Amino acid sequence: MLDTVVLLCLGIICAALLLTFARLIKGPDLPDRILALDTLYINAIALIMLLGLYLDSNLFFEAALLIAVMGFVSTVAIAKHLLRGNIIE
Amino acid sequence: MSDASWVEWLVAALLLIGSVFALVGAIGLFKLPDFFMRLHGPTKASTLGVGALVLGSMVYFSAQSGSISLHELLITFFLFLTAPVSANMLAKAAMHEKLRREPRTRGEPWEQ
Amino acid sequence: MKRPDRVFPHPWLSVSLLIGWLLLMNSVSVGNVIMAAVLATLIPWLTHVFWPRSPHRLRFGRLLIFACRVLSDIVLANLQVARLILGSRRRLRPAFVHYPLQLQQDFSISVLASTISLTPGTVSADISPDRSTLLIHGLDVGDEQALIEHIRQRYEEPIREIFECSTP
Repeated sequence: MLDTVVLLCLGIICAALLLTFARLIKGPDLPDRILALDTLYINAIALIMLLGLYLDSNLFFEAALLIAVMGFVSTVAIAKHLLRGNIIE
Repeated sequence: MSDASWVEWLVAALLLIGSVFALVGAIGLFKLPDFFMRLHGPTKASTLGVGALVLGSMVYFSAQSGSISLHELLITFFLFLTAPVSANMLAKAAMHEKLRREPRTRGEPWEQ
Repeated sequence: MKRPDRVFPHPWLSVSLLIGWLLLMNSVSVGNVIMAAVLATLIPWLTHVFWPRSPHRLRFGRLLIFACRVLSDIVLANLQVARLILGSRRRLRPAFVHYPLQLQQDFSISVLASTISLTPGTVSADISPDRSTLLIHGLDVGDEQALIEHIRQRYEEPIREIFECSTP
């Protein structure tokens, strides 16, 4: 049963990724696109955790944690670039 | 797979709840009319969704290996710490850029 | 470099580092506990100049109660936001609300701002330069004054009791 549920959840997350991607393409402004990228990485974490469940492997945890850290840093860096024009002051 | 079937049900419920919330966040990002309203969907619904997913994965691996596996909690914890910060940075950037607001928005942000 | 006055200049940071390392390693063997203890001692000691002054006292029991309340609020109110998002968007009443702060310390203000951002329906967008007003964007605000009262009763008062009990 769990395999079916995981597959279903993978489908739902893929739909969420598609909607986010549509917003990334559509824009209309830079902050919208950054927000879309932010959501994209959060959904990517969900996708990777589900893949770990599906393949029954605990190895994907490190990847998910790295994506969480890198995604946060990049979102803040780009937002700061918009605010101030440079990142490291 | 553990023989205790209630674990299976619990994991399935957590996974479904989590992915539906992630989807709701993405729908909010897609269809709401202006940036500040779009900010609400992803920062909260998606964070909670991934939190529930990670919780489900934690229960699954704990039941499967027979020992408690808590390190997935780190991801949830990290997401809950960082989501408000990135939302705040994005809102500031958007106000700095003077993005178009939905006309019926009441109240004014102050000048940056 | 200024020497810290104590062996543990930031006890709560040390505790969270200890727990964090053990979670990351996902085992509580002797070697891991020793490594975690070494890190929990060294990192606060080496970086104490970069940390803001930690709050005087911390009421741990109340913090725990507050955390549980915020978590349940997050879950319950997310359902509400899901309904708002999926419902008709004509019905939404977005608004910017100016929230007059009573908290004074930077740390407790940032805790309050994060709490506001996490509880659905509201995002804290900015703080005024004199730290007296918080700008909040609400997704569906019926009555600004009621929202301000709600945040004041439910979040700001407990945070003040937890972190600022020793300052006026």
